[in-house]
Amino acid sequence: MSERAKGLTRQQMCDRLAMEFGDGWIVNLGIGIPTLCSNFDFGNKEIIFHSENGVIGYGPLAPAGDEDLHLVNAGGQHVTLRPGAAIVHHADSFALIRSGKIDVTVLGAYEVAENGDFANWKMAGQQGGGIGGAMDLAACAKHVFVAMEHQTRDGKPRLVERCAIPATARGVVDLVATNFGLFEVTPQGLALREIAPGVTVEQVKAATGCNLIVPREVPAVRMVG
Amino acid sequence: MMALKIKTSVSGREMSAKSKICSSFDEAVRDIPDGATLGFGGFAVVGMPINLYQAVAKQGAKGLTCVSNSTRGGATLPTDAPDMGQIIKNGQVKKVICAFTAPTRASQRLVLSEYVEKGLIEAELVPQGTLAERMRAAGAGIPAFYSPAAVGTELAEGRETRVFNGREYLLEEALPLDYAFIRAYQADAFGNLRFRRSQRNFNPIMAMAARVTVVEVEEDILPVGTIDPDDVHTPGIFVHRIVKIPPPPEGWWPQRPGSIGR
Repeated sequence: MSERAKGLTRQQMCDRLAMEFGDGWIVNLGIGIPTLCSNFDFGNKEIIFHSENGVIGYGPLAPAGDEDLHLVNAGGQHVTLRPGAAIVHHADSFALIRSGKIDVTVLGAYEVAENGDFANWKMAGQQGGGIGGAMDLAACAKHVFVAMEHQTRDGKPRLVERCAIPATARGVVDLVATNFGLFEVTPQGLALREIAPGVTVEQVKAATGCNLIVPREVPAVRMVG
Repeated sequence: MMALKIKTSVSGREMSAKSKICSSFDEAVRDIPDGATLGFGGFAVVGMPINLYQAVAKQGAKGLTCVSNSTRGGATLPTDAPDMGQIIKNGQVKKVICAFTAPTRASQRLVLSEYVEKGLIEAELVPQGTLAERMRAAGAGIPAFYSPAAVGTELAEGRETRVFNGREYLLEEALPLDYAFIRAYQADAFGNLRFRRSQRNFNPIMAMAARVTVVEVEEDILPVGTIDPDDVHTPGIFVHRIVKIPPPPEGWWPQRPGSIGR
């Protein structure tokens, strides 16, 4: 265990996913690791962040002591509004989710299966669950990206053949960034697209619970700067 | 550029509704019967009817079905602030309908969990957008609708689905409320409401879904007609009782994260 590879930081995982956002995309970030995507420098790209509580066009976190107590994002963090922002109520917020206006949602997960199923609302053996807006987002966003650690705390794989815990949505995940690299769900199965520096393909395979499509040459994960 | 000439087109006798203003939260919740279905607005404390939670706990109606995004407050409230947990601890709740029936962090513990584990409370877990739309439908006179959310999951097991244009959808029923308890930024005496920033969330939807809507209001209640008709978020016809929130410590207000000792 002492040799367990670390790979990417959570910010680097989110930076890599954020590089895939297109100009003009409307982006919804789930709570937890995915919120780090908003720290990425999008340069000239126009990225509009939508929050499930009806905020369209939020900006960076408010400085401490200067929070607007009427304004939070989905994670309850006090954010700011960009000029041009708009606010709607919850039914309209999810109307725009359900009707496919969200270009990408980035969500955290406990497990992602090789067929694109994923689970993020109920841990094994738990009563009830915390769905929030994840099922609506996962079923309706044009793209679903997942940012998560490659393994559980006790070293079990999170990329699996079939989800063992209740799924959030079926066959919807496109891209997964973990600390070990970037993975794409393809019709043939899960493919390793880019690998984290300091991590070997053998280490990735050993820590993955499903068959992994590995091209002959795996490029390193693209980094900022 | 020439200024656009705008006609106010507001004239005649003002809409009067003096009886909507209640002098206390206790008065505003006095008639809740046992077995009622109550909706509580708010999202992550913003727009949450903190004072009305406390009043419902004091009022004591039992066998309640409580609808809300989640059952707990959040980071901008002291841990002893009222939330649905207080009504649950009082033994007033028979069922909750929420988008969160378990904590989002392993380190957290919900008051609800203990009651669900003992079989004392039934918890219906609903995807957040479906929860909002079920109440919107109730307020719009629509008994049911089909949604793509939750298809293929545990929540869809044994339920009616239908395929439209090659895609599977899940049948969802409207969720009407007996009472909606909400929080607004401004109200006039007729009950026309304005919300501020993300305070809107579930509040206007619950107001339309309920037979009786009770509002705790942050600013002083305005004279009828002060809010321009174009700027009303929730029309007063959906609002039945309004209470001005007293300043702290008598009234509950969210606080800056930095000023809450934990």
